[in-house]
Amino acid sequence: MNWDMLYSLRQEILLSVLILIQLIGDLSEDEKRKRIIHVTLFSFLLFTLVGFLPGEPATLFGGMYVSDDLRTLLKSILSISTLIILLQSSSWLQQPDNQTKIGAFYISLFSTLMGMYFMIAAGNFLMLYLGLELATLPLTLLAAFDKQLRRSAEAGVKLLMSSAVSSAILLFGLSLIYGVYGTFYFTELSVLSNSSYLSVLALIFFISGLAFKLSLVPFHLWTADVYEGAPLSVTSYFSVVSKGAALFTLMLVLYRVFSLQSATWTLALYILAISTIIVGNLFALRQKNMKRFLAFSSITQAGFMMLGFMNVGSMGMTTLVYFMLIYAVSNLAIFGVLSMVSNATGKENMDDFNGFYKTNPGLSLIMLVSLFSLAGIPPVAGFFGKFFLFTAAASSGMYILVFIAVLNATISLYYYLLVVKAMFINASETPIPTLHTTFYEKTAFLLCLMGVVVIGFLSSLYDYIQGLM
Amino acid sequence: MNPLLLLLFIPILTMMGIVVVTDLKWVRVISAIGMSAQLLFSFFLLYWFYQERGAGNTDPMLFVSSTMWYESFNIQWKFGIDGISMAMILLTSIVTFAGIFVSWQVENLQKEFFISLILLATGVYGFFISIDLFTMFLFYEVAVIPMYLLIGIWGTGPKEYSAMKLTLMLMGGSALLLVGMLGIYFNSAPEGGKLTFDLLEIKRVGIPLSAQLFFFPFTFIGFGVLGALFPFHTWSPDGHASAPTAVSMLHAGVLMKLGGYGAFRVAMYLMPEAAHELAWIFIILTSISVVYGAFGAIWQKDLKYINAYSSVSHCGLVLFALLMMNETATTGAILQMISHGLMTALFFALIGMIYGRTHTRMINEMGGLMKVIPFLSVLYVIAGLASLGLPGLSGFVAEMTIFVGAFQHSDTFHRIATIVAISSIVITAVYILRVVGTLLLGPLKNDHYLHLEDATWFEKIGGVTLVVAIAAIGIAPLWLSNLIREPLMAILQTLTN
Repeated sequence: MNWDMLYSLRQEILLSVLILIQLIGDLSEDEKRKRIIHVTLFSFLLFTLVGFLPGEPATLFGGMYVSDDLRTLLKSILSISTLIILLQSSSWLQQPDNQTKIGAFYISLFSTLMGMYFMIAAGNFLMLYLGLELATLPLTLLAAFDKQLRRSAEAGVKLLMSSAVSSAILLFGLSLIYGVYGTFYFTELSVLSNSSYLSVLALIFFISGLAFKLSLVPFHLWTADVYEGAPLSVTSYFSVVSKGAALFTLMLVLYRVFSLQSATWTLALYILAISTIIVGNLFALRQKNMKRFLAFSSITQAGFMMLGFMNVGSMGMTTLVYFMLIYAVSNLAIFGVLSMVSNATGKENMDDFNGFYKTNPGLSLIMLVSLFSLAGIPPVAGFFGKFFLFTAAASSGMYILVFIAVLNATISLYYYLLVVKAMFINASETPIPTLHTTFYEKTAFLLCLMGVVVIGFLSSLYDYIQGLM
Repeated sequence: MNPLLLLLFIPILTMMGIVVVTDLKWVRVISAIGMSAQLLFSFFLLYWFYQERGAGNTDPMLFVSSTMWYESFNIQWKFGIDGISMAMILLTSIVTFAGIFVSWQVENLQKEFFISLILLATGVYGFFISIDLFTMFLFYEVAVIPMYLLIGIWGTGPKEYSAMKLTLMLMGGSALLLVGMLGIYFNSAPEGGKLTFDLLEIKRVGIPLSAQLFFFPFTFIGFGVLGALFPFHTWSPDGHASAPTAVSMLHAGVLMKLGGYGAFRVAMYLMPEAAHELAWIFIILTSISVVYGAFGAIWQKDLKYINAYSSVSHCGLVLFALLMMNETATTGAILQMISHGLMTALFFALIGMIYGRTHTRMINEMGGLMKVIPFLSVLYVIAGLASLGLPGLSGFVAEMTIFVGAFQHSDTFHRIATIVAISSIVITAVYILRVVGTLLLGPLKNDHYLHLEDATWFEKIGGVTLVVAIAAIGIAPLWLSNLIREPLMAILQTLTN
């Protein structure tokens, strides 16, 4: 152990420190609990910034742990998203019901984040599996956070069951991988090629396991119920951070480890992409509850992400990371508005947003821009993200897939516009009252808006990501 | 800095100005100042354009500038104009200018209304000055999406339904377009080298025939949806009828021209062989558009629906003429774009003004308006006469040129198609004269109409601007056809070879 190693592990170590601080904070008296929120937010901000410090590529613990610029960036994307969620959840945590559970919330959240870091940083499948489990189990706690509410407890149990199944499937895939190749190390696997049916089966099982996390159809059935049952801050964590970690892991493993088997996994993901986009869209069309609506919308978006995998070169990876970043900021902005409304009034249905523009013009505009971003309308960032994903798929000549995807993007515009219609066009006799935005929430919205509006025009960001591949 | 960028900056500055001020009066004044500045600048640009050409600059595009944007995709901010885009810019600035004055008295959320309207115009300008396909597509969508809010919030009748239908159909069109565009992109360097979205560069290299045949329909139909190509025109009547006045003006007057322009500049220009191979399919479809639109207009009783169907017919004629692919017909097509843009804008403006007074758009509920609102009625007659192609007004020049050009094809197929299309002239005369007769002449049907007031000053500004432009083209069409001749010849050369 020397300083260089510690420095490479800086994000994981600091995150452990954050968890320890929470344990100490939990000892404090009840009326001082609120201070923990401010301390945590500030220290998490510092922690996020540390992720941007330049570092050298390193391989630690005999190849178990890998650190390089790309992985650090991926972790930073997750920590920025988490930071935004923490900012948005601050006023929710201050509610009397939740005050006693502040420590529990932060500890579970940071533990899952830690697990995701290890998923991304893994250099060995055992390490990856360990990270996956660490990321999953505390998530079930978070889903059941409103334990008095039946639906929240139900969400926790549902998530636990489906995670267990998906882990089992993934583990089965891993055992097949070991059976075929005789090793779990990524560096060794990446040069081995095998065309046996067993290796194909192993890959399919592995992809299926992660597809649960990404909620690709047909592995999506838990998504809507869990999203609806969990508290909003947790839901946004599911839809952005948890999904992002799964996407990044899938990406790193497929491109870096199984690049020789690309024909197999592009075919598998081609099928998953089509089924996910179509089914997600069809179900999203008729949702009345905003959380369920966003659940299906996020399923569809995950389907769009699969288009990036159709390009097996650096373009595919770059577009994936780029799109995930844009998806994260757009989705978080929407969840931010939703959680403000839900905290203040308890309303979560689409009809409740009727006449929202009259009472809350600023929040409505944030929603508008972010919904357009999700729908892929220029000049906001989502357009660029989607366009490049389509370009990546078209670069492999898959014009039919692109055509199906673009048509579905148009269909998705329909339900995004339904929300816009509710806010701007529909009138309401009992609109949501004008909401007060706290400093933390303003900061969160500012971060999201900057992302949604500016990222598309910043070609240098795209070039930077591509430089890391 | 490229002077063309001002075409984008002036509207953007105007929008910022509107955001800042709070007073309704200032919102109107700033919009009016901004769009007047834009109109003046367009004329200045025209002058400048002639100067450059006079100085012997024979480049296909003038004022070209390019800045690399996305290096890895070879996407650039590349702008430049030729005669055709210059004419389109003029059309846009005239219609937008008139549109601002016509919507002077728009009710509720005025600030948002003017911002959305100007945002729409910004998209249109960006589209016409783009040489890079990617930015062209970007601006195309920027122009389409504010329509949803404009119709949905400020529209009349079944506005939510119409707004959704229009937006989804146009976005569906752009879905086709996107596939076509990516196809063009990935075939833009068949002999190796860097892929590009640059129109001129793609043209220089040429796209392989097999790819052309596959992607031409995507691109042409993609643009054709916006150009009201049968059977993808169904968004147009509902959308136009529900939209507020200025939006109908801009949409029928300018936005639908994006379709014709794009189909010509992108689909036909870049894929000439496929255009030749497949033209017959689209000639059939556009002939149907022309006649079907005209018949549709006969059956309608709502003024806006009449005009919307007549737009389908006239815009169909634009695509029809472009597909004839000879000099006379395509010149006519461009003239028709400009002419129809102006007169349909005038029509919609007048319908809006009449509706604002009588609170109905049903022609059988009105009559004898000539006696109470003579100014508006005379303008309406002028617009009607331009629409049915009376010599001396712009419609005659355009349609005459189109049909003369179309008749130059001597084979049976083209002859039949041309004759079918020509028959629309008669039908147009029927529905125009019917409306003019029942609406303006005859006895006054409703006593309330006795107290109607004639045009206000801002309505006069809007209306007169358009009438002047229509007459200018009708009386002196040569300056316009000279402006568009050179780029047309360049494009046609590749089409006929």
